[in-house]
Amino acid sequence: MSDSFDNFNGEQLTPAQAIENLRSLDLGLRVYAAWWLGKFRVNQPGVVERLIEALEDEADRTEAGGYPLRRNAARALGKLGDRRAVPALITSLSCADFYVREAAAQSLEMLDDRTCVPVLIQLLRNEIAGTEPSPVKLDLPQPYEAILEALGTLGAIEAIPDAKSFLDHPVNRVQYSAARALYQLTDDRQYGDRLIQALKGADLQLRRSALADLGAIGYLPAADAIAETLAENSLKLIALKGLLERQVGETNLPDLSDGAIKVMTLMDSLL
Amino acid sequence: MTDIQTLIRAVDEADSSTHLLEAVQALAIAHTQAAIPSLIAALGYNNPGAAVAAVDGLIRLGEPSVLPLLEQLDGYNYGARAWAVRALAGIGDPRGLTILLHAAQNDFAMSVRRAATKGLGSIHWQKLEDDRIQSAQLQALEALLHVSQDHEWIVRYAAILSLQSLAIEGSKSRPDWLAQIQTRLDELAETDESLTIRARVRLAQQQIQNARV
Repeated sequence: MSDSFDNFNGEQLTPAQAIENLRSLDLGLRVYAAWWLGKFRVNQPGVVERLIEALEDEADRTEAGGYPLRRNAARALGKLGDRRAVPALITSLSCADFYVREAAAQSLEMLDDRTCVPVLIQLLRNEIAGTEPSPVKLDLPQPYEAILEALGTLGAIEAIPDAKSFLDHPVNRVQYSAARALYQLTDDRQYGDRLIQALKGADLQLRRSALADLGAIGYLPAADAIAETLAENSLKLIALKGLLERQVGETNLPDLSDGAIKVMTLMDSLL
Repeated sequence: MTDIQTLIRAVDEADSSTHLLEAVQALAIAHTQAAIPSLIAALGYNNPGAAVAAVDGLIRLGEPSVLPLLEQLDGYNYGARAWAVRALAGIGDPRGLTILLHAAQNDFAMSVRRAATKGLGSIHWQKLEDDRIQSAQLQALEALLHVSQDHEWIVRYAAILSLQSLAIEGSKSRPDWLAQIQTRLDELAETDESLTIRARVRLAQQQIQNARV
């Protein structure tokens, strides 16, 4: 798959060609076209239908049994924002390929459609037969981060008990995703505060991950900790942007809350 | 051998990225002009932690760092150049103005455009001769109006902060500039796609207003 990306990186694709390429005999062209249509958010008639069709592709397989075309089609469908893709993406949550399930959960989160919640919860409980674990980390049976984040964004309060069981998961990022979702579902500060604690950890990757989570939930009490954690200013600024936009969303411009002004003052200092 | 020479030698002899970082941090904290060449050299070691520490040290040393930075800029690889621009932006000496004007508008890395843009709003104008201040500020104003259209939100954000400084700085002497800045801020408030940008514009409008009363 990486070869086909390299080969076509320089080529000028048009939307019409990309749509056509989705049915090309050349599997590399198909996979690239699916990625390209999502990247450039090509939402022309016929695109969503063909990408949905690609979610059932059987032709393109990796040595490990994965479905590269399905993965890219699932990712693209989230970016195109057309809810007609929801039923097919829900079906993809049962795909054997870990990365197809991960992409489907992320796209269902973006499409903001609650009908997928029961299946997401089943997946979180690892109750769907035939789903293979992560090909890289075999002890990770499901894409828990993506599932938990989707449940949080979708406001699935029925998932709270299940999400709580992931607060002690051996993988730190899964813990953070659980905390992030639980904060969104309960507004309880203990979950936001767990992410603040994570900013004080020793591992840079985990601090970056916590920054992204705090930005996503817009947790205002984390503002100072975000500004002070040891990570790139660019990532701190993106996280603070998340806090700011939540603040501004609550008051409506031109009014600025004290919280919004505080966050902007911190952002000014990090430029 | 003095202490400072020991610290400088530790930077030269560091045999791992962690040792280099620690040595540069120690040298930066020592706060002495004798450290300037070594701190500038550390910008080119492709070690981001060490470069951040060196930039901080050079900014704290301030004005004495400016000429050595300017003298060595051209011979630099891109990475070192980007860090040098950040140091000049943080120092705010008007001798760095030309470099900042160019970097804010043309650098391909948004973090460098961001830092240079912020630097244009925090130049110590009073260090210039009186008859040069207005023309230098006008150059900064024109660059900032241009940069306020950058496609990266964070660069536009930095431009708003700097336009705010310039509006407050020049509001008495140049009411025409103030009007230009206010017009541009009004446009951004109406049209910018980013909520963050519209919020920062609102804060700039408030702060300019507060400074005038």
